[in-house]
Amino acid sequence: MSDRDEAEPADAWDAAPGEENANLREPVSGLGGYILGFALAALLTAASFYFAGSNLVWRPSIPMLLAVLAVAQMGVHLVFFLHITTGPDNTNNVLALAFGILIVVLVVFGSIWIMAHLNHQNISPSEMMQHMR
Amino acid sequence: MSAASTHAGAEQDRRPHDPYKLGRSAHGHEHGEATGHGEGGPASKRIITGYGFWIFLLSDIVMFSAFFAAYAVLAGETAGGPSGHDLFDLQNVAIETALLLTSSFTCGLGSIATQRRKMLQTQLWLLVTGLLGFAFVLLEFREFADMIAHGIGPQRSAFLSSFFALVGCHGLHVSVGLLWLGTMMAQLWVKGFRPAILRRLLCFNLFWHALDIIWIGIFTIVYLIGSGL
Repeated sequence: MSDRDEAEPADAWDAAPGEENANLREPVSGLGGYILGFALAALLTAASFYFAGSNLVWRPSIPMLLAVLAVAQMGVHLVFFLHITTGPDNTNNVLALAFGILIVVLVVFGSIWIMAHLNHQNISPSEMMQHMR
Repeated sequence: MSAASTHAGAEQDRRPHDPYKLGRSAHGHEHGEATGHGEGGPASKRIITGYGFWIFLLSDIVMFSAFFAAYAVLAGETAGGPSGHDLFDLQNVAIETALLLTSSFTCGLGSIATQRRKMLQTQLWLLVTGLLGFAFVLLEFREFADMIAHGIGPQRSAFLSSFFALVGCHGLHVSVGLLWLGTMMAQLWVKGFRPAILRRLLCFNLFWHALDIIWIGIFTIVYLIGSGL
């Protein structure tokens, strides 16, 4: 009677010590999470393909729109399929992800930026020699 | 007696009594419970394996970002050859995207069946995942073979070199993933739901979903934006 463990209902989440059940408490796990993620991803993909060929939005803005849709879909995949969430077991994963995003942004945008400048200021070797004199 | 039990309940509300579950209780009150933190006990091997594999995936994504950067820089350098606008068949890309996204979903369904320890369901969803992935690789291979047969191979221009490098590298990853998938199905069938097999399945799931994330970048940047150039 004094042992309150007996009063606790046995539930599906009970785990023996050492049993490896991670992420079972995550809010978006389980079948519902996958179905919701799949629906959102399909919606975003369909939107990307639709807007790529449409005249519905101002045409020069389409690449930016597609980039936003892609980032949104990557977020959906991370949360619903890869289960990168704010749960306590995920702290390290989130930090690693943040670092990965930093490197990816540096590599991609740094390359585009530098190469655009080089193209812009393309100097032939003979001109370069004159500049250096 | 009822007073004692309500008192116990109140105490439980303040702080969950969790002698052996090591923070895996489903009753909320999360703080300080996570495995690997404070009183949560050591993190399970599954969490550590997932973390290590996640770091590998991120380094793989960093490698892909270099290919993406090369493509972004070289997309306009067609050397008088065909541009993305002339080459890309968006209907084919839409089918490829649907195949890969659906295979990611069925892979997730397989992981749920694994959680429930249903052998046949797990094998079935893994098989469906593999077939969808195989169809994706087949379509991509056909696209490449068609382009090369028309003399539009990777040596034609810098744009095409970067295109084949980026998309080909992703296709190679999917092909390797298919080999891994076959191996996992065989291992699971022979050895059953052992902890080591479960961890490998977790890693395979992460790998397959990460490939889909990279494909989002490819179909957006290479195909959709590229065909509008």
